Amino acid sequence: MTKTNFKATVVLAGLALMGLSACASAPAPSGYSDPHEDQNRWTHRANVKLDRALVSPASNTYGTILPQPVRDSVSSFSDNASLPGVVANNLLQGNIEDAVHNTVRFAFNSTLGLLGIFDVATGVGLEERDSDFGETLHVWGAPEGDYVVLPFFGPSTERDGFGILVDFVLNPLSLALPTEVKHLPKAAWVLSKFGDRYQFSDTIDEFYESEDGYDLMKLYYLDSRRYELGIEVEDDELEDLYDAYDG
Amino acid sequence: MMRMMGNEISMTRRAFVGGLAGLGVLAAMPGRALAAISAGQAESLINKVVADINSIINSGGSESAMIKKFEGVFAKYADVNFIALSALGPDGRSASSGQKSAFVKAFRGYIARRYGSRFREFQGGRIDVVSTKQVKSRFEVLTKTTLKGHSPFDVVFIVSSKNGKFIDMQVEGISIVKSERKEIGAMLDRRKGDLNRLIADLQKG
Repeated sequence: MTKTNFKATVVLAGLALMGLSACASAPAPSGYSDPHEDQNRWTHRANVKLDRALVSPASNTYGTILPQPVRDSVSSFSDNASLPGVVANNLLQGNIEDAVHNTVRFAFNSTLGLLGIFDVATGVGLEERDSDFGETLHVWGAPEGDYVVLPFFGPSTERDGFGILVDFVLNPLSLALPTEVKHLPKAAWVLSKFGDRYQFSDTIDEFYESEDGYDLMKLYYLDSRRYELGIEVEDDELEDLYDAYDG
Repeated sequence: MMRMMGNEISMTRRAFVGGLAGLGVLAAMPGRALAAISAGQAESLINKVVADINSIINSGGSESAMIKKFEGVFAKYADVNFIALSALGPDGRSASSGQKSAFVKAFRGYIARRYGSRFREFQGGRIDVVSTKQVKSRFEVLTKTTLKGHSPFDVVFIVSSKNGKFIDMQVEGISIVKSERKEIGAMLDRRKGDLNRLIADLQKG
C-alpha cells in the first residue's frame, strides 16, 4: 500500500465518519444497536479480504524473519514515539497525574531505553498508561455515537473513529521531528501492528473465519472500550444472570 | 426465565451440599463450607487459580498438555454448570437433564480448548491478584495480566460468596458468560436448534 493511498483512505474514512455523524440520530448511550449494519458488514468483509491478501501474509513474514526480542523493540519504539501524543491527551483531559507519569516514562525510555527500543520504565514502576483522543472526547462529554467498522482499523464508534483521525494528524512528535525521520514512528507503528497480528494470530484468525465474527467483534469492542473508559453500562443481561445465581 | 433456571440450579446445589453435610463429608472440604465465604477467601481462591494458570503458561508444555491442565483448573475452581447453562441460555429450557449434563461436559472441553489454546500467546506473561470488592452477594476479584511488550490488562473474576466458585471472568470488560451466550446461541442457530448435534460437535472439538 502506498503512502498516498493510505493517506487518501484515512481522509476518506474521516469524511465517511463525518457523513455518518451528520446523519446520525440521537446517539445510544449503551446497548449494541447498529444502525449502519449493512455498511459495517461490507467494511468488515473488505477488512477480512485485505487481511487475507496482505496483512496476514506480511505479518507471518515479519514474525518469522525477526526474532521476538527485535519485534518487541520495534513495538517499544513505536509505543514510546506515541507517548507525546498520549501526554497531550492526558493534559486535554485534565489528567495531570497520567501526564506526569507518561512524561517521565518518555524521558526514561528515550534516554536509558535508547530512543525507546527498550522499555526500561515499566521495570521501575512506570508502566504503560495509554490514552487517545476518543477518550478525550469522552471526558469532554461527547457521546459514543453509532457503532462503525473502519477500513484497516476495524471496530470503532463515531467518537473513537474521529479520535483516531485527530491522533493521526496531530501527533506532536511527528510535528516536531525533522523531515528525514518524520515517518519513522509511523513505519514502526505499522510493523508493531504486524507483530500483534502475528502474536495473536490464532485469536484473530478465529474472528475472521467465524461466521459470527462480525457480531463478536462488535460485542468485544464495545464492552472493552466502555470498560476502559469507565462507562457504567446498565448491563441487565449479566446482572440478571448473576442475581439468579445468588438466589 | 433465567431467574427460574438459576433457582433450579441453586436448589440442586443446596440439595447436593446438604446431602454431603449429612454424610459428614463437609468437614473435610473447608473450601465448600455452606456459610458465605469472606472477601479474603474469595481472593485466596483466585490466588490459587492465578498460580495454577501462571504455572501452566510458563510450563513450556505442549498445547494439548496445557489445554488438559486448564480444563482441570476450570473444573476445580469454576461453577462450570452455571457458566455452561447460562451460555446455553433460554434455548436450554426444553433440554432434558441428560442433555444438560452432556452439554455441560462438552462445554467444559470446548472452553478449555478455546481459551487454553491461547496460552501460547501468553508465554512469559504473568497474572497478579490486585484487589477484591464485594458487589451484592458476590465478590469481584481484580487481576492484572502482564505480557511482555504490552500494557497490562484486567481480568475480573466473579466469585460467588455462596460456594466460593467463580461464575464468570471478565477480560477487560468482556464477560465470558456473555460472549459464550452469543457464541453458543449462534452455533445452535446454525444447527437449527438441534442441541444433540451441538453437543456432538462440541465433543469432537
